[in-house]
Amino acid sequence: MNDDYYSLTRLQLDVLKEIGNIGAGNAATALAQMINDKVDMSIPEVGILAFNEVAELVGGADAHVIGIYLTVEGEAPANILFLIAMDRACALVDMLLGKPENTTNAANLTELDLSALQEVGNIIAATYLNALSSFTGLKFVWSVPALAIDMAGAVMDSILALFGVMGDHVLLLKTEFKKNQTGLVGNFFLLPNVGSLEIILSALGVSKNG
Amino acid sequence: MDNVLHVGIADMKIATPPLLLMTTGLGSCIGICFRDESKKIACLVHIMLPSCEHAKGSFNKAKFADSGIIFALSELEKKGVIISKLTAKIAGGAQMFKSPAENDIMKIGYRNAVAVEEHLKKHNIRLLAKDVGGNFGRTIVFDPANGALNIKTIGHGERMI
Repeated sequence: MNDDYYSLTRLQLDVLKEIGNIGAGNAATALAQMINDKVDMSIPEVGILAFNEVAELVGGADAHVIGIYLTVEGEAPANILFLIAMDRACALVDMLLGKPENTTNAANLTELDLSALQEVGNIIAATYLNALSSFTGLKFVWSVPALAIDMAGAVMDSILALFGVMGDHVLLLKTEFKKNQTGLVGNFFLLPNVGSLEIILSALGVSKNG
Repeated sequence: MDNVLHVGIADMKIATPPLLLMTTGLGSCIGICFRDESKKIACLVHIMLPSCEHAKGSFNKAKFADSGIIFALSELEKKGVIISKLTAKIAGGAQMFKSPAENDIMKIGYRNAVAVEEHLKKHNIRLLAKDVGGNFGRTIVFDPANGALNIKTIGHGERMI
């Protein structure tokens, strides 16, 4: 095995889940403020997944989605991907821009709608990383969000390719955001680069070697 | 769709009629379809990266353009295929994310396409058709019976090459 993920202990996975919880909790609050409504979040899942399993998490490789992607630089480089099913993304645009329900659809998305979604990605990433930073003392700098609208598999594969040289698996922290009972808003993924995981775990005092 | 063999990411499968070979949601990845016209035998490899040179230890050969092509050819040879009779069609290699910041992930599709063509040439495999690049995903179905490669997209039409 080339991946260093397999040797994670139960404790380390729980710690990662807890960071996910706090990061995503703050992000959910930020999202709630943006749409002026209550946003619930799932208990974060931590998973070490084969590339082929990743698309299944988001409804299959050919599900129509919007992906907002940011690279995270700094002491522990990582990748952030916020994936939203197309119809949910359109509903989110309506909420963000105060349009009547069901105004926005896949065919009439404007540049303004897309930048609103990009901004959501930006704010969610920022709140998440700020929480992670205050927890670990590590500094993070993140890129401008990039956007893709397409099949989930296609949106994810260039990100998975970043991990492909090292192995066939990726460590995912996944959180679902939900608005009231109306269903899923989106999936938030944090994908630490190989090597970053050890740095984050060390900063939290649950290092593999300590 | 009982007659469809699904090829995953970094995966390779060989099929003969009436089976079809399918791979879903190609973004920067590339689907390389090989076929022997006389034997009606086909192979689909779904590669993610251009080169295995930085891979460590024992790695999945189907993941890289260079090793994936060699792997496919050797598996086809085991089925009695003569490599010089093979032809190829390729699809994928898109740049999915629009971003002002240029980085590696933005160019991976292009690099994949260049590597695939280069290695097909190196092994003297004739490239019959290609549908690469752009900024959209592709779901492809390859028919070993007639060599038709069907390409579906979201918002960029459907075509047969």
